Amino acid sequence: MRLEQPEQTVTFTFDGRKLKGVPGEPVAAALMANGIKLVARSFKYHRPRGVMSAGSEEQNALVTVGRGAQTEPNLRATTLEVSEGLEVFSQNAWPSLRYDMLAINDLFSRFLAAGFYYKTFMWPRSFWEKVYEPVIRRAAGLGALSGETNPDDYEKAFAFCDVLVIGAGPAGLMAALTAGRAGADVILADEDTAMGGRLLREREEIDGKPATAWVAAAIQELANLKNVRMMTRTTVTGAYDQGTYAALERIAGDRAAGKPLECFWRIVAKRAILTAGALERPIAFPNNDRPGIMMASAVRAYVNRWGVAPGKSVAVFGNNDDAHRTAQDLQAAGIKVAALIDSRDDTDITSDFPIYTGAQVVATKGRHALESVTIAYNGGRRVIRTDCLAMSGGWNPTVHLTCHMNGRPTWNTDIASFVPSAENVPGMVTAGACNGTFSTADCLAEGAAVAADVAKDLGFKSRVKVPQAEDRTYAISPLWAVPGKGRQWIDFQNDVHVKDIKLAAQENFRSVEHMKRYTTQGMAPDQGKSSNVVALAVLADATGRGIPETGTTTFRPPYVPVSIAAMGAGSQGKGFAPERFTTSHKASVGRDAPMIEAGLWYRPSYFPQKDEATWREACDREVGYVRNAVGVCDVSTLGKIDIQGPDAATLLDFVYTNTFSTLKVGKVRYGLMLREDGHVLDDGTTARLGEQHFVMTTTTAAAGLVMRHLEFVLQALRPDLDANVISVTEQWAQFAVAGPKARALLNTVLDQELTDEAWPFMACGEANVGGVPGRLFRISFSGEHAYEVAVPSRYGESLFRMLVAQAEVMGGGPYGMEALNVLRIEKGFITHAEIHGRTTAFDIGMGRMVSQKKDCIGHAAAARPGLIGEGRQQLVGLRAKGPDHPLTAGAHLFEKDADATRVNSQGYTTSVCYSPTLDTQLALAFLENGRARHGEVIKLRDHLRDVTETVVVCDPVFFDPTGGRARG
Amino acid sequence: MRITCPNCGERDRREFYYQGDALALDRPSQDAGLSVWDDYLHNRGNPAGDTKDLWFHEAGCGAWLVVDRNTVTHAVHKAVLAEKVKR
Repeated sequence: MRLEQPEQTVTFTFDGRKLKGVPGEPVAAALMANGIKLVARSFKYHRPRGVMSAGSEEQNALVTVGRGAQTEPNLRATTLEVSEGLEVFSQNAWPSLRYDMLAINDLFSRFLAAGFYYKTFMWPRSFWEKVYEPVIRRAAGLGALSGETNPDDYEKAFAFCDVLVIGAGPAGLMAALTAGRAGADVILADEDTAMGGRLLREREEIDGKPATAWVAAAIQELANLKNVRMMTRTTVTGAYDQGTYAALERIAGDRAAGKPLECFWRIVAKRAILTAGALERPIAFPNNDRPGIMMASAVRAYVNRWGVAPGKSVAVFGNNDDAHRTAQDLQAAGIKVAALIDSRDDTDITSDFPIYTGAQVVATKGRHALESVTIAYNGGRRVIRTDCLAMSGGWNPTVHLTCHMNGRPTWNTDIASFVPSAENVPGMVTAGACNGTFSTADCLAEGAAVAADVAKDLGFKSRVKVPQAEDRTYAISPLWAVPGKGRQWIDFQNDVHVKDIKLAAQENFRSVEHMKRYTTQGMAPDQGKSSNVVALAVLADATGRGIPETGTTTFRPPYVPVSIAAMGAGSQGKGFAPERFTTSHKASVGRDAPMIEAGLWYRPSYFPQKDEATWREACDREVGYVRNAVGVCDVSTLGKIDIQGPDAATLLDFVYTNTFSTLKVGKVRYGLMLREDGHVLDDGTTARLGEQHFVMTTTTAAAGLVMRHLEFVLQALRPDLDANVISVTEQWAQFAVAGPKARALLNTVLDQELTDEAWPFMACGEANVGGVPGRLFRISFSGEHAYEVAVPSRYGESLFRMLVAQAEVMGGGPYGMEALNVLRIEKGFITHAEIHGRTTAFDIGMGRMVSQKKDCIGHAAAARPGLIGEGRQQLVGLRAKGPDHPLTAGAHLFEKDADATRVNSQGYTTSVCYSPTLDTQLALAFLENGRARHGEVIKLRDHLRDVTETVVVCDPVFFDPTGGRARG
Repeated sequence: MRITCPNCGERDRREFYYQGDALALDRPSQDAGLSVWDDYLHNRGNPAGDTKDLWFHEAGCGAWLVVDRNTVTHAVHKAVLAEKVKR
């Protein structure tokens, strides 16, 4: 029921029923205005539940919004804003909220007590995953995900400030005003739709005016300050290292209009002021969970802020003065107060509604909505008819953020709750209700004082001016649980009641952390915000300890649930992953080459032709180009590092196992690089362009790694060396031209004539292409007569097109990664499939490349016992029985007649291919003592793919073992 | 976490690559013996408290840094160029 006619309404639906609501108000308020009390079913017992709070701490009123892929479950009806066309659904009920079949759980509740699952479903073990868990999961739960890809937009953002003020109640507003006036760069964040905190929800005066007027003036002043940013709908969810705070912003507005749903912020603040307020806690009396029973502070919020009456005849039950305030507010709003029930004996309040002191609620009635409460009073019992009970068990300061970096709160007897300890999060201070300071006057004063200190620390001058406000003392007499017939609920969201906690204690789960895990108290999406202190008090009572000795469980981020979609914003699909394209990319894609990822690069897999049905046909054809005519391949993705300086050669001698200082200018040498632990890091060729000028080539995969490694050697190990390294991978486009007709092809594009005398195998130097200064290297990764020609990147595309056109004239063409792989396997050339991080120079048969005349990275460790010797698995070639016996990479190797079991494994395959040149299936592999076993027949077994083959061990160089083709 | 790079100022830790203990700066001689090399390569303290480790400003200036920080409080005390520490 609404107290006043609203100016504007919109239509939304709840379980398909059309309802009117005021735009921007919480769905909970709109449901209340429409007389709907039953809004949810509880987690475990499917008990009927109604709205309990008026904030993000809501335990009962969880709902689902939207349909299909846009379904969003477990939203709190107390913070979800009403908008035109909003579709809201209740959850965890079947077939309907009113007639929920699974409410049968409630009848068996005696058997479903805490620990029930652990005890009952112990065995048979295999049943747990297949039978028990799916059934339990269906019965006990929250809303369901759609299972479809979420099409909504989410964002991530970063912010920096001098002072972050968390919470915009009286303390937060004063803190922001004080720091803002002083000139500090301030961010004021509040999770509500409007700034003001409880000042928007109470009837109070500040400086003789309604508090709401003071709030409006404060917001106006803050809005006028250019150095203050105000963020509403923004919950600061976590405190992290070095003044970093996470915050979740719910974006206002229509998602159909293309706005993101949420934004996940990282805010870095020099200092933070936590003014997060406090949360009211329930009292655990019997059947305290009926729809219509809610927090007293929530009743005041719905009446004072949203103009909605939560009931026609409201009873109030509390152990502190806030209960009185609630009754007075209801009366002022013209709502009937059925009774004020104060558990304390000595309260002095007079009014024209019935007041019962020293009284407690001991029973309630009403299945889908509250009908009456029974109170114990004056030695007797009395039934009070009421459709709404406002309860107040006192206030818990919102200390959560102060505990996110190992801070432990301190028990304060005066307010019967925990307050932040002095040292909690470095750079963060607390003020107001979250500090246990409850009167408005004190909150305003404390917020101002704390902000003035912070501003001063940061070098700003501030003046403190605190307005006049209400200064009531907070009188509370602890009341945690009321005994009686019926369950006394503590954690409404996880269906934990007093008896569960006593059972935990009885079964010796007496530590608070054990109790939590045994009962699941505090584990639900609300993380026990409202229930923790009551649960501790009951546990303390059951174990005969005090609350401070019992301690608290650990509060961890996030303070409210944060959707994975918000945290992972921008990371769906490709996200922000960079893509690197070669200069030939367009030309390759234009020839329909499937592009495959190589690190961040994209490289052509093969170049299909019309009559080819499979990739293998294309690959075999491309291998043929290189072996018989000429092939062209873009090799620009290989890392290219320019090394210059008087000590460049010394640097290379130190990072390569072999010697480079002896390399002549105009020559290229293959080099092997180790990690300091003796395993192979990378390999590649390095060309000497000048006395003090080298260009190193790395593998595509290890380009970044090698660059980092060279910088490490230069800066951290040998800063005495006068040499500089820089990556020039992006600056040069480089193409392999390979095959018997390679020289002939190059002679059609180079400005000068290529001769074998001037350009012998492993020569390098400058070579111009159409007047463009380029570089030429006579190196081969295919075993054929081959070159790599490099030009500045901007000429790459046209050179590639020229080379391919000429190759096609000569009976060749472009070749892709598949053919490149076959060509190198036929020649036994290694890649990172072989130098995978656990192999040594000895293993790959390059032990003699480790020069004994000088030190180098990895030299000492490579000689360790265990890294050399017969027992090592050594690189070998494997030949299959024929072309129809494909081998698989990752298969294990066994003696011919041995069982294919783990203990018998003698090695494994690393690279496999069909060789069109040799017309058989080949593999490179590591085999125990393999170099001494050439000619032996062994067994290959792949348990994963169910492949068994008999293969012959041989030298890894299958084709042209003398290397005549590359030299010729 | 942020590290104050001597070249670039305070930067987010995502710009840096983490290597490990700064004792990697003290590379033993080639013939120092197996146990010395074993210590250099493998054996690390696991202090609850202050440590010195190596970070590479990979997405920045390319400097290797020795960073003093605390593994308990996560405080980053200072960062200096490895080049200067070595010299």
